[in-house]
Amino acid sequence: MKLPIYMDNHATTPLDPRVLEAMLPYLREDFGNAASRNHAFGWKAEAAVEKARKQVAELIGASDKEIVFTSGATESDNLAIKGVLEFYKDKGDHIITLKTEHKAVLDTCKRLERIRQERLDELKMLRLSQLAETDVTPDNLAELSARFNVEQDAQYQKWASRPTGGARVTYLDVEKDGRVSMEKLAAAITDKTVLVSIMFANNEIGTVQPIAEIGKLCREKGVLFHCDAVQGIGKLPFHVDELKVDLVSISAHKMYGPKGVGALYVRRKPRVRIAPIIDGGGHERGMRSGTLNVSAIVGFGQAAQIAREELAEESARIFRLREKLRTGIMSQLDMVTVNGSLEHRLPGNLNLSFSYVEGEALMMSIKDVAVSSGSACTSASLEPSYVLRACGVEEDMAHSSIRFGVGRFNTEEEVDFVVRLVVDKVRKLRDMSPLYEMAKEGIDLKSIEWTAH
Amino acid sequence: MAYSDKVIEHYENPRNVGTLDKNDPNVGTGLVGAPACGDVMRLQLKITDEGIIEDAKFKTFGCGSAIASSSLVTEWVKGKTVDQAMTISNKDVAKELSLPPVKIHCSVLAEDAIKAAIEDFKKKRQERQTKQSAS
Repeated sequence: MKLPIYMDNHATTPLDPRVLEAMLPYLREDFGNAASRNHAFGWKAEAAVEKARKQVAELIGASDKEIVFTSGATESDNLAIKGVLEFYKDKGDHIITLKTEHKAVLDTCKRLERIRQERLDELKMLRLSQLAETDVTPDNLAELSARFNVEQDAQYQKWASRPTGGARVTYLDVEKDGRVSMEKLAAAITDKTVLVSIMFANNEIGTVQPIAEIGKLCREKGVLFHCDAVQGIGKLPFHVDELKVDLVSISAHKMYGPKGVGALYVRRKPRVRIAPIIDGGGHERGMRSGTLNVSAIVGFGQAAQIAREELAEESARIFRLREKLRTGIMSQLDMVTVNGSLEHRLPGNLNLSFSYVEGEALMMSIKDVAVSSGSACTSASLEPSYVLRACGVEEDMAHSSIRFGVGRFNTEEEVDFVVRLVVDKVRKLRDMSPLYEMAKEGIDLKSIEWTAH
Repeated sequence: MAYSDKVIEHYENPRNVGTLDKNDPNVGTGLVGAPACGDVMRLQLKITDEGIIEDAKFKTFGCGSAIASSSLVTEWVKGKTVDQAMTISNKDVAKELSLPPVKIHCSVLAEDAIKAAIEDFKKKRQERQTKQSAS
């Protein structure tokens, strides 16, 4: 067994050697530009890209014409959300998403909200100057605002109710197990809603959302459904027609392919339209300009094919390893809790809170194992994971969490090693923890007046 | 984020982990931080009647820097007088451990813990004296 052990497969996965083999010719002799229509180098590259497009499409039950290659899932999320909002601006400007989504979705939504607010502010200034028949300047703004209440003005109301560029966003809470409530989702949809963006499986707690139910609801309500499926694709079955999804973000490096390449599935029947966010040579049917990253796309295709062929066997094996890890740790340590639904969960994900032990300290003490901490002590913000907080996990427990991601190349021997190491180090850190000592003495930690800082 | 060798050294071999009898009149206990913030430090000092710190123990819930900061101050305060210990500032701790800016907070906690422990000791002594003079 080689140390350190990699058990952070949600962050990224190692390149499968079979994927690397498929890529190498396109980094060497077959280096052509897939958009070069007038010579053999270009034709070869184009053929390789089209083969990969089919491989990726087959993994999700799509047709190859529905796959747009991007630089990765962050770009796919941006393209889906901004692209739909812009294209359907006459229909409405409302998006619904979850508080536990990836930042690529949440920050995109926040930018759209900001743009809308700026547009509304502009309209307000315009209306004020119309009403007062004078220019609005910083000096007279307060006085004019006091004289004319534009928020209650009919003309302003008419403008404000029109799509303004940007969007209104509803960020739905999740239930304790991390899943969306279908009732809350249905209630949030209005006649201005154009898009629901909900992930397939969560990157931190592995919770799998009821995608088929969401797809059915969105279809009935005539709302488009975008799914950031990065963490789940290749690990659990995903079929775009059965699930009635309209746009799907996929990333290669989360399924043993190369980094820097991903795809957006864009449904053709019934047809979904998006405005591009990158303009240029009109590659990818105008939806995503830019010279295709041929070797990476070839690798992505190969990774997708392997994932499809080995999905059933692999996810069963990874699930067994995950359960071995979970029961191994939890049978030997008290006061350990699983974050997220155990039933609706990615096979390789295990997110645990170890009471009275700080996550980053634990991570540091098991440095032979690469995992990730829900504690934010390693980042600049010092705030614990927003995903755990959205699931109602108390702050102290959110500071005590560790995410294990079991993947294709982990072995039983590694799992045994990790169990032994974690159990040993948690015990050591608890011996050093004043909170554990107090809890053992029966002191209610909630009754203490802490010096917050 | 990469830690300095000193943080790692203290983290892996923490000095003076443990508990002193908090009911001992010569022991001052300082408990600072909050579980919700991700760090709680408990520093206990055994102080002679002459005001010399003869023993120090800590227990810390927190990240590597928090553990290293508390371990370091237990070493520093031992043998010092109460007044000398009061002059230890978070800047000294942060400098000694080369803490990155985001971790300065851990050194502040260590300084607060020393002050809280000494304050607790002084309060105990005050109470004892009041009792003695009353009887």
